[in-house]
Amino acid sequence: MTALRGFIVKEVRHILRDRQTLWLLLLLPLVLVILFGFAIRTDIQSIRVAFVDPSPSAASVSLQDRFDGTPVFHAAATVASTRALDPLFRRGAIDEAVVFPADFARGLGRGAGRLQILVDATDPNIGSIMTAYAEAVIQGWAAERVGSGAAGPGAPASVRAIPAVVPETRLRFNPTLASEDLFVPGLIALVLTIVSAVMTSITLTREKERGTMETLLVSPLRPWQILVGKVTPYLVLGFVNLVTALAAAGLIFGVPLRGSVPLLLAEGLLFLLVCTGLGVFISTRTDSQRAAMLASMAGLLLPTTVLSGMIFPISSMPAWLRPITYLIPARWFITIARGILLKGVGLGVLWPDTVVLALMAALLLAASMRLFKVRLT
Amino acid sequence: MSAGEQRAAGSSAPPGSHGAAAIEANGLTRRFGDFTAVDAISFRVERGEVFGFLGANGAGKTTVIRMLTGLLSPSAGEARVAGHDVYGDTEAIRRSIGYMSQRFSLYEDLRVRENIQLYGGIYGLPNRTIRERGNRLLADLGLEHAADELVASIPLGWRQKLAFSVATLHEPEILFLDEPTGGVDPITRRQFWEMIYRAADGGTTLLVTTHYMDEAEYCDRISIMVDGHIRAMGTPRDLRAEYGVASVDELFLHLVRPTDPTTPADAGGGS
Repeated sequence: MTALRGFIVKEVRHILRDRQTLWLLLLLPLVLVILFGFAIRTDIQSIRVAFVDPSPSAASVSLQDRFDGTPVFHAAATVASTRALDPLFRRGAIDEAVVFPADFARGLGRGAGRLQILVDATDPNIGSIMTAYAEAVIQGWAAERVGSGAAGPGAPASVRAIPAVVPETRLRFNPTLASEDLFVPGLIALVLTIVSAVMTSITLTREKERGTMETLLVSPLRPWQILVGKVTPYLVLGFVNLVTALAAAGLIFGVPLRGSVPLLLAEGLLFLLVCTGLGVFISTRTDSQRAAMLASMAGLLLPTTVLSGMIFPISSMPAWLRPITYLIPARWFITIARGILLKGVGLGVLWPDTVVLALMAALLLAASMRLFKVRLT
Repeated sequence: MSAGEQRAAGSSAPPGSHGAAAIEANGLTRRFGDFTAVDAISFRVERGEVFGFLGANGAGKTTVIRMLTGLLSPSAGEARVAGHDVYGDTEAIRRSIGYMSQRFSLYEDLRVRENIQLYGGIYGLPNRTIRERGNRLLADLGLEHAADELVASIPLGWRQKLAFSVATLHEPEILFLDEPTGGVDPITRRQFWEMIYRAADGGTTLLVTTHYMDEAEYCDRISIMVDGHIRAMGTPRDLRAEYGVASVDELFLHLVRPTDPTTPADAGGGS
């Protein structure tokens, strides 16, 4: 039995003996995929809409029917005055309101149909999505009227100016705008960060905290053997998690896997190496498990969640913030994973991101190795 | 005459180092920024000797041990451990020494036998040797029944004795014990010292740091460190006579007290 093999066996025993943590780590990707998949969605399942229609006409009623006929909109109330809307919004009884002016039908006849859309924008993202949904319904309705000749000579216009020519937008790669398709790559990045970076930093500082690290350092084990021995089991665990998360995403949410699976797994392994490097780096800078945990939570998980483009699109960040996202390894991995999963592209397209990840891995592993060797100064 | 010298005479020196000391330090110094934790200390530990390394917290004991075991490189001076230079030969030093730290050095969530396997493996012993020595070790400690118990489940005294035995599994030339008896009851301490003597009788050199002054009396020779300097060194009997005190405890207080308020914080000594 070589020294290194014995050392890895020891680490595996630690992991196997701590059943609670092991289960937590194994179930984490499943739980996260399910939680995030169902809870954080940017597509909206149901919108309760109220109509303000002081003088109902054939046109206004047909538009209301059109709304109610969609799977998303549900007519929740029809009131006579906008003043009645406020309590409904406040109570949370409605999400959106469509206000017909008293002269709606007349305006429509003149080609100047006007409408007002009111939306509960407590969550601005959801607010703008609900607005867009409503506009889509109105546009569809108006286009149909134009087509059937029911409208006057001019095209009707809402407050938001329904164009005479309705643009036809087709959404590529994620045609149903399913948010889980977009989230799964981010989730995988998060899970891998937790398992490899956080666990690596904790397992290394645990040896420091318990005093066993000194025993290892005065032994003939070389520093790289200590690192490899401690880290290898967690790399394997991270890889298992990668597979679990992908399987869960595919089976539960039907996330497509359009590209090469071996390529995705290889990129995942590369990302795991980056995370491991980060974990070792954190462990060289902290002396207790608690500090390592805090450092990796604040220093890794938070930026990974917020700045990687996992939840908040990088393109909508302010210009000064965007360069900072280049430093977040997950940003590159998420681009890669989305490319492979959703677009089915290969290295031909993804090589720049892969090169960045590879450089990060090399740099971090070299730096943490150096810091680990220096040990005490 | 001290038992240590008799033991040293009986031990067989490794080839190429006849007559050389087990540990030899000359002007060994370690600075941390402006603070000099260890200030040009010189001492010699003979083979087979039990050398007590005493000093208050922060006096620099742990820093010295770190330098001698290759965990920390000295700022100045020279030192040889088992004939190997602490600057260049740390690999060779590590193979020749055993180390048991003040903090527990076994893995509590591993079984007794798994710990033995691990240490044997780290020191490159063949499986058969690990099994044989492991069985002998367990028999000597009377712990055969606990071989498959988790270390966490056996009493602290046994754990400490086990840690000592495991640290000697590879039969090191020199054993560094950094406060090995901390938190251990008096009876176990006594048994622990019997183990130390047995190891010394077998030719192992032992460098022991301790807080317990009664233990200092058990050492062949002691040195007392104060503020990074060695203030006194010799056999306990000679030192008692030289300073006209009744015990090492009294001697220690005599040397350490006057400078106590200015003793720097545990800057170099901590973990």
